[in-house]
Amino acid sequence: MSFLSEEKILELSKKANDIRVSIIEMLVEAKSGHTAGPLGMADIFALFYFHVLKHDPKNPTWEDRDRVVLSNGHICPVLYSTMAHAGYFPVEELKTLRKLGARLQGHPHREYLPYVDTSSGPLGSGLSQAVGMALADRMDGKDKDRFIYCFMSDGEMDEGNTWEAMMLAGKYKLRNVIAIIDRNNIQIEGVTEDIMPLEPLHAKWKSFNWHVLEVSGHDFRYLNEVIEEAQTIFEKPTVIIAHTIPGKGVKEFERNYKWHGITPSKEEGEMAFKELRNARF
Amino acid sequence: MLNPKLKLNPKVFNNDVEQVPTRKGFGQGLLLAGEIDKNIVGLCADLTGSTAMDSFANKFPERFIQVGVAEQNLVTVASGLAAMGKIPFCSSYAMFSPGRNWEQIRTTITYNDQPVKIVGSHSGISVGADGGTHQALEDIALMRILPNIDVINPCDAIEAKKATLALAKTGKPAYIRLGRANSAVVTTEETPFEIGKAEIYWMPDIGLAEVGIIVTGGLIHRALLAAKELEDEGIKTKVMNLASIKPIDAEAIISLAKECKRIVTVEEHQVAGGMGSAVAEVLVQNFPVPMEFVGVKDLYGQSGTPDELIEHYSMGKDSIKEAVKKVLERKN
Repeated sequence: MSFLSEEKILELSKKANDIRVSIIEMLVEAKSGHTAGPLGMADIFALFYFHVLKHDPKNPTWEDRDRVVLSNGHICPVLYSTMAHAGYFPVEELKTLRKLGARLQGHPHREYLPYVDTSSGPLGSGLSQAVGMALADRMDGKDKDRFIYCFMSDGEMDEGNTWEAMMLAGKYKLRNVIAIIDRNNIQIEGVTEDIMPLEPLHAKWKSFNWHVLEVSGHDFRYLNEVIEEAQTIFEKPTVIIAHTIPGKGVKEFERNYKWHGITPSKEEGEMAFKELRNARF
Repeated sequence: MLNPKLKLNPKVFNNDVEQVPTRKGFGQGLLLAGEIDKNIVGLCADLTGSTAMDSFANKFPERFIQVGVAEQNLVTVASGLAAMGKIPFCSSYAMFSPGRNWEQIRTTITYNDQPVKIVGSHSGISVGADGGTHQALEDIALMRILPNIDVINPCDAIEAKKATLALAKTGKPAYIRLGRANSAVVTTEETPFEIGKAEIYWMPDIGLAEVGIIVTGGLIHRALLAAKELEDEGIKTKVMNLASIKPIDAEAIISLAKECKRIVTVEEHQVAGGMGSAVAEVLVQNFPVPMEFVGVKDLYGQSGTPDELIEHYSMGKDSIKEAVKKVLERKN
């Protein structure tokens, strides 16, 4: 974690592009899964796994590592793809997504893939687990040594469990919890503000005693600064509301809620590869 | 006679047998477990006193988390604590945990295989006056169908203490079922308790038993009273305490069925999906025998005293005796 040079930003942009290519490859092969969310979060995951996180892909169970809770488990293609590119397992393994016996389950399962810190899928439970991890760190005097990052969706803000976790984190002033909301404004059946309005989201988190930051989810330099601020806040938990474009990187898929839970056909995949290969940085 | 090897409470048939709620035994066990292992933590959803977690919370305030009236958060936060090496015990009323938060328990504790201990107090009809909303009659079914979890329903406060201490050491998820009301102390500190092991508490003085009565939870006392009266009437029975519903002691159950050829199960729970069903699952596959089920039969509870309710819903001593006589009349 440090200042991002122009060279580093270029490197991260290329990594994010590689991650997106792999996401499309795995989804075309799997023929089921989620497209919009994983593509939208590729920049953020690239930044975390190639710059922010304290982790060691060659020693995944390193005790002092930061913890990552992926609460909205359905965007796991971006997690798997990023982890593979970071060296946790071979990129080739990505093609086993959703296949019988594969480590890459349709939603992450800790028993199958021990490199993930939680099993997840059913929405609304991840923040509570992050809060539990931070409480353990507080008890052990380790809450200044690492961060517990919880990636969550905006759609899962509909779940009551999320608000229970927000209240508890505020109560205990858990400084090392950093929640990152994928604010892409879509969920399965439409846009969030039609299905169940979340705004004013910033004010809601603030009123639960969280430090609230808002940022574009695709601007590495600005994202990095905001994460540094989140790490600096000492007296309360922090949430980063990251405004992302669902389907980011493939124009055809962008901002269309219908791409939430479907996968590209082979032809659509070819179109996506072409666009991603021609991306300029 | 009472099984002499088990050192059961010699006062069990006296009117002045001690009466203690099983939740109290849990509270004592948790305090002891907390003294032994600093990784033990307690979480509660605004019911610290009535689930008997207060002595732990007072002694180890830095290891106690008050989550408020939020049972979904209770178990998911516990999962996070367990992910960092803690051994969380999280308590509420069984109606709310595991009643309200079943999916969270499934995904974040059992599927995720984290060693969280779910403590469901105020289970069964003997909750009493609070009425049907608060009487968990489905919790055994909800928990025992989940892979990876142990399900323990102690027969008295002493066994609840031993079970708590044992579960603290298993390294896996567990559900412990407790009661609100006073229940007779049937065992002593010397009585053995082992997860996965059933014990015969009552047996004929000589010869083989004609009916095996398998009991889980506090109804064991009524079953022992029934067995004693049946003996006086010339009916020989064995009474098995099946505190460990999962893992289930299939060997002991099959052996009892082979001896008696007839089984009665007794539980303060819906007959559907409960301990009796678990026993039936073992027997139909291994040694099918006629069975009768004492329990709540597809009904909700209501207000009343614990004793009134147990009688009203046909789980008292006389109902157990009737079930024994009924199963004896059935052709094998």
